[in-house]
Amino acid sequence: MSAPRLDIDALLDDRSVGVIVCCGSGGVGKTTTAAAIGLRAANRGRSVCVLTIDPARRLAQSMGLTELDNTPRPVPGIEGDGSLSAMMLDMKRTFDEIVEAHSDAERAQAILDNPFYQALSSSFAGTQEYMAMEKLGQLRVESSQGPRWDLIVVDTPPSRSALDFLDAPKRLGSFLDGRLIRVLTAPARAGGRMSARVFSASIGLFTSALNKVIGAQVLRDLQTFVTSFDALFGGFRERAEQTYAQLQAPDTRFLVVAAPESDALREASYFVQRLEAEQMPLAGLVLNRVQEVRLPGLSASTARAGAERLNGEHVLVAELLRMHADRMETAQRQAHLAGSFTGAHPRVPVASVIALADDVHDLDGLRLVGDLLARS
Amino acid sequence: MVSGKGGTGKTTVAAALALNLARGGRKVLLLEVEGRQGIAQIFDTAPLPYQESKVAVADGGGVVYALPVDAEAAMLEYLEMFYGIKRGGYALRRLGAIDFATTIAPGLRDVLLTGKASEAVKRGEKVGRPDYDAVVLDAPPTGRITKFLNVNTEIAGLAKVGPIRSQADSVMGVIRSARTAVHLVTLLEEMPVQETLDGVAELRAAGLPLGTIIINQSRHSELGPDELAAAAARTLPEAEMTAGLTAAGIRATAATIRALEDEAADHAARVALQDSERVRLEASGQPILELPLLPGGMDLAGLYTLSESLAEQGLSA
Repeated sequence: MSAPRLDIDALLDDRSVGVIVCCGSGGVGKTTTAAAIGLRAANRGRSVCVLTIDPARRLAQSMGLTELDNTPRPVPGIEGDGSLSAMMLDMKRTFDEIVEAHSDAERAQAILDNPFYQALSSSFAGTQEYMAMEKLGQLRVESSQGPRWDLIVVDTPPSRSALDFLDAPKRLGSFLDGRLIRVLTAPARAGGRMSARVFSASIGLFTSALNKVIGAQVLRDLQTFVTSFDALFGGFRERAEQTYAQLQAPDTRFLVVAAPESDALREASYFVQRLEAEQMPLAGLVLNRVQEVRLPGLSASTARAGAERLNGEHVLVAELLRMHADRMETAQRQAHLAGSFTGAHPRVPVASVIALADDVHDLDGLRLVGDLLARS
Repeated sequence: MVSGKGGTGKTTVAAALALNLARGGRKVLLLEVEGRQGIAQIFDTAPLPYQESKVAVADGGGVVYALPVDAEAAMLEYLEMFYGIKRGGYALRRLGAIDFATTIAPGLRDVLLTGKASEAVKRGEKVGRPDYDAVVLDAPPTGRITKFLNVNTEIAGLAKVGPIRSQADSVMGVIRSARTAVHLVTLLEEMPVQETLDGVAELRAAGLPLGTIIINQSRHSELGPDELAAAAARTLPEAEMTAGLTAAGIRATAATIRALEDEAADHAARVALQDSERVRLEASGQPILELPLLPGGMDLAGLYTLSESLAEQGLSA
């Protein structure tokens, strides 16, 4: 079964599309894809901002991103009327800015200094995903206030699972707004949900366990953190839900990025199902690092048999034939995996990008990836 | 400990290493800590429970057991083992306290995960019969490995004294000892190599025991340096290609020769990139070994091939 073709240029030229989110599991080339799409859109006349998470050093440098300052910087060398800005997400700084924007200087400082806040803002699984969404929200607001960008391309954090990106805000939100936090901050409020006896038993158990395991000083730090944070956000869950809802906005499109390997395609498949369930619009699948077939007429078995027949003579040709056979086998395996994906998701358009011999680390490389994407 | 950038195959290499260590009748435990059931997928079994289960038999009768370590379960186990808190643990979970302790309390999650590995290493030692001959941990990616292993420093901001601190100290004793080696898996590509070199520098600075850099999916070349240079310059001898193809029973059309030349040029570019990335890795001074790219992709048979390759190259710890 062959998949419908993903027409990248039609997507980039569609002025009703304001946000493109590139998702996928780690190590599949998401950042390169996001940057290549951003560059191509800019060269086709759009004003683009690319939000990257963790670009390779040389790729970042080629886009003028020499420091992590959490602000979009213009990328020179765009043809025509379009423009391209790029930024690297600084998740801690984004979180700090939210704290600073929502409280007075003194209270903000107390939160920023708290060890629990520091852990939450720098190493909580999901904070990076959540902050990427927060930043997207901010960029959106900025572009609605003036003629800065009409397209934002978002790269997502390098998590194991592509679903982490969608799950993180809810996880962080429900955690910060959860029962434990309410128990620690305002026992009376939480008491309504449990019987008084169970409640005080739980609290006693909880504090004594915490005291035993982590000690009294830690417990005090924790209570301070929770109290100030709770006052700051009131309903953090609500905020997280709003942030999440922007991904359902009608101008948003998702691109799922994968490599033709079973792990990456399995993740892509989960993600596609999830987008369907959440009614989030999927533009298609970008399949990176696909083995290029240069001589489809010469099958792996014919090439291998030919190499055998040479029987130690013509060693160069024998080796070229064996290399061709390996290539054909890799291509067949990849085609089989891609075919299984399409069998399960027949309506998802696909664009393939052949594996390049070299890493992409300059604008020419990004332009080439963009061309390959559009040509596929 | 096996770490590596996402997409480099660190779980596969960890599994191959476990199989290799189990050769000749030894008993090995393979742990994973990222909650994604990667081991079950590699060994082609149903998702594994939080329980040490047999997943493979190695050459010569050795056995590989696997355990997906779950921070919550490890926390409950820990509370029960050291504080006798059993049913209370479940009440704490309902309150969200376990979730809290295992997600945002700085470093606590990592102490629990590394603590499980260190407990498995020490189990049975006191009676002179260790449960396992070796423990392999499929660790977090290179970007986070130093933080993950350096539990002492991470926990210091939270607890200067007390039971957590002594647990961290005991885990650190095992991690820093000569019994531990941290292997880094990489591909011969720019980004994974850079991340590996950064990881080497960080692990060294933290005084953690670095092991071997394991290059995965390395493309082997039978072509000599002159042939590779000719392939890159597209000056392979056309007459010889025509003669060779004809002798192989394949029609030597201009298009076929051109396509094979293109493939040879791709290959030469790939090999040149591999060589320059390998030089960067060698400059780190760490021992290096290479596992081949399997054209048939990764499956159970491929896992045994990689394990064999590790054995041939002498990686046995």
